[in-house]
Amino acid sequence: MSDGSLSNGKAVSRAPAPLSLGTLRNHGGLIALVLILAFNALFTPNFLQVQTLFVNISQVATIAIVAIGMTLVIATAGIDLSVGAVMALAGALAPLIFLSDFGQAYPALGIAAAFVLPLLAASLCGLFNGIMISYLNVQPIIATLILFISGRGIAQVLTNGNLQTFSNPYFSYLGTGKILGLPFQGWLALVLALAVYWLVSRTIFGRYLLAVGGNERAARLAGAPVRMVKIGAYVLCAFLSGIAGLIVVAINSASDAARNGNLMELDAIAAAVVGGALLQGGRAPIFGAILGAVIIQLVKYTLLANGVEDEVALIAKAAIIVLAVYIQQARKE
Amino acid sequence: MHSLLSMKGIDKAFSSVPALRQAHLEVAPGEVHALIGQNGAGKSTMIKILTGVYRRDGGDVRFDDKPADISNPGQAQKSGIATIYQELNLVPLRSVTENVVMGYEPRRLGMLIDWRTAHRRTREILARFGIDIDVRAPLGSYSTAIRQLVAIARAVSLDAKLVIMDEPTSSLDDREVEVLFGVVRELKNSGVSVLYVSHFLDELFQICDRVTTMRDGQTVAVRSIAETSKLELIADMLGRNVEDIEAAGMTDLGGGEKQLGDVLLEADGIATGRRLFEFDLSVRRGEIVGLGGLLGSGRTEAGRALFGVDALTAGEIRLKGKRWAPTGPAGAIGDRIGMLTEDRKAEGIVPDMSVRENMTLALLPRLSRNGQIQTGRERQIVEEYIKALGIKTSNMDQPIRELSGGNQQKVLLARWLATEPELLILDEPTRGVDVGAKLEIQAIIRQYVDRGFGVVLISSEFEELVEGADRIVVLQDGHSVATLENPGITEDALVKAIAHHHTGEHA
Repeated sequence: MSDGSLSNGKAVSRAPAPLSLGTLRNHGGLIALVLILAFNALFTPNFLQVQTLFVNISQVATIAIVAIGMTLVIATAGIDLSVGAVMALAGALAPLIFLSDFGQAYPALGIAAAFVLPLLAASLCGLFNGIMISYLNVQPIIATLILFISGRGIAQVLTNGNLQTFSNPYFSYLGTGKILGLPFQGWLALVLALAVYWLVSRTIFGRYLLAVGGNERAARLAGAPVRMVKIGAYVLCAFLSGIAGLIVVAINSASDAARNGNLMELDAIAAAVVGGALLQGGRAPIFGAILGAVIIQLVKYTLLANGVEDEVALIAKAAIIVLAVYIQQARKE
Repeated sequence: MHSLLSMKGIDKAFSSVPALRQAHLEVAPGEVHALIGQNGAGKSTMIKILTGVYRRDGGDVRFDDKPADISNPGQAQKSGIATIYQELNLVPLRSVTENVVMGYEPRRLGMLIDWRTAHRRTREILARFGIDIDVRAPLGSYSTAIRQLVAIARAVSLDAKLVIMDEPTSSLDDREVEVLFGVVRELKNSGVSVLYVSHFLDELFQICDRVTTMRDGQTVAVRSIAETSKLELIADMLGRNVEDIEAAGMTDLGGGEKQLGDVLLEADGIATGRRLFEFDLSVRRGEIVGLGGLLGSGRTEAGRALFGVDALTAGEIRLKGKRWAPTGPAGAIGDRIGMLTEDRKAEGIVPDMSVRENMTLALLPRLSRNGQIQTGRERQIVEEYIKALGIKTSNMDQPIRELSGGNQQKVLLARWLATEPELLILDEPTRGVDVGAKLEIQAIIRQYVDRGFGVVLISSEFEELVEGADRIVVLQDGHSVATLENPGITEDALVKAIAHHHTGEHA
């Protein structure tokens, strides 16, 4: 049937032209990264300094961690708008726990609970999203809109809308600690990426995830537990968002429910898409998501460091997404 | 006779495979004309050429005394041809009126829509067909039948001269069918022609004037409905002789009881919500049981019921003597049942996944330990099946979409063979594959059965059933109506079994 067009497609991707669409599609992210780095090295003052690296790593980590989760959800042909709100919720809970009477009385237990309970709460948010989507057949964009709106509201209610500041060296390690001289959260993002990559490429869950996104009916008829797989993806995404929420609070030594994770859903979706995730599902390029997050962070940084207004930076981000989507569309032909 | 529509000598090929060869079709003004044929006979290709979805390779189309060169569906509508599809292209959330007048709204002051006139006009149009509903309510709040009638009303309001109805009754109940027939008769009285495509032959005798039958891309017969019989139409569709079908009764077809292995699976009067009403089947070890019948007879639905895709509403299934309640594909696979689905693209392959990943999809639970896939064992199994089935692929990590249809089908067959099911349901296992692959697939199935497993073979190819099956259960309208035993089944005998029941019911 479509044999002709298929062989054409193959011929095109094998063409030796150095900057063909095929090259762009397969290595577009890396090319973009090199271009941005080259631009900065030439034009941005003080770019090639360790301090710059630190700043960027500590900021990219949260985007990258959420983008990993978003990539899993997008692989099922879904979307999760609630990641920013879940960050705010997890972030608001942690200081409440270790600043509570219990947390003050038993500091070690308090810190442990301040990690475990917020992440549990975040996972429950993912469970809610997953059940809405797989059992109640609510469209992902609507299902996750519920927590997008209410999650941040709950976080603000919990904190009475106040900024909670604290000084707790153990908790702050998450945002300010260093291993081998590099920010802790950078290492954490890397470890999480490796773990999720292993999950996608080596486990039955990962295989089912890609099958469900690639052809849901075929996957179900081959015995895949479609609902559980989708719920799993949303729970993981929310869990990772929870970690990101904790990191933001640890960096600031303060939790601000109104701002923590604000607009993160857009950065995460953009990073996943730039990294090669297809919105129609079936692909989960985890390291692509990391690359996407790095690109988005660097573009933000470049514009900021060169004195471009924040608002203009948003437009630049949009332009990147348009370009990434355009390259993806060309891929489908 | 003067014709409204005349299509002559139509040729059409898809990548050099001919779909239509010198096909012709004539529809008179004010005539209800049926177009029938087996799957793949070329009916829908013919209609798509008429409505401008496809371009013809050769031939002549005249509509309304003018040469018609319709190159897109919009143009077809403008020239007076309206198509009512099974999946209606209407907007369920908008009102009935909006759906009827969409694109042709009556205006006031040049820009405002005159809703009063629009509602009145819609009510008038619907009243012609004896339908009295609230035209302000959203279309989606009405039944499929009403929606279909609204689509027809819209077509008529656009001055359609020919209305094409593709399987209009497939989702209607008896009462709704009657209403639809009333509308068809009304169309006919007002001089509108109807081209009626249906698998339900009984309906044709109620409303059609003439029937065009297609087979293998050709027009094989044009008959006046008053002068033909259901038997004759079936004979046309199947390319058989009426005398042959008529001559023999059913008596000489019952073979002796042949003892094979134990009974593997028994279905007793099972029904599902999907046009399966009463179906009996037993499959023994070492046996291929074919399911025969015309399209729409419930063959695929029977397979889906046995695999647990559709929940049973009546009857019971016994697996190896024990009552078995299907819970879904995952459960069925766990109980060692497999099903190769009919629609390879929609329900079979995961196109972007590799040959290896596609092949082991149903095997994953047994290929993994603590949730981790044992990749070494996976590659080894895939390697074996690629070799055993002669799958042509550059390597096991090649995306399956790059393979030919026959090789894709072999990968899917391997997907199920690898799970070592005791019962394998094969729905059209050789459809759309070339002759070589077809023979290979059939040989694989036979080998598999010889190991003491059972197969349910669903096929619309009589040859495949007659030569491949040890027994054939004939289905009709969701009922199992006859069983033929090999040796002794001939294609004619199968055709007779299918046809005889039809005539019996008609008498």
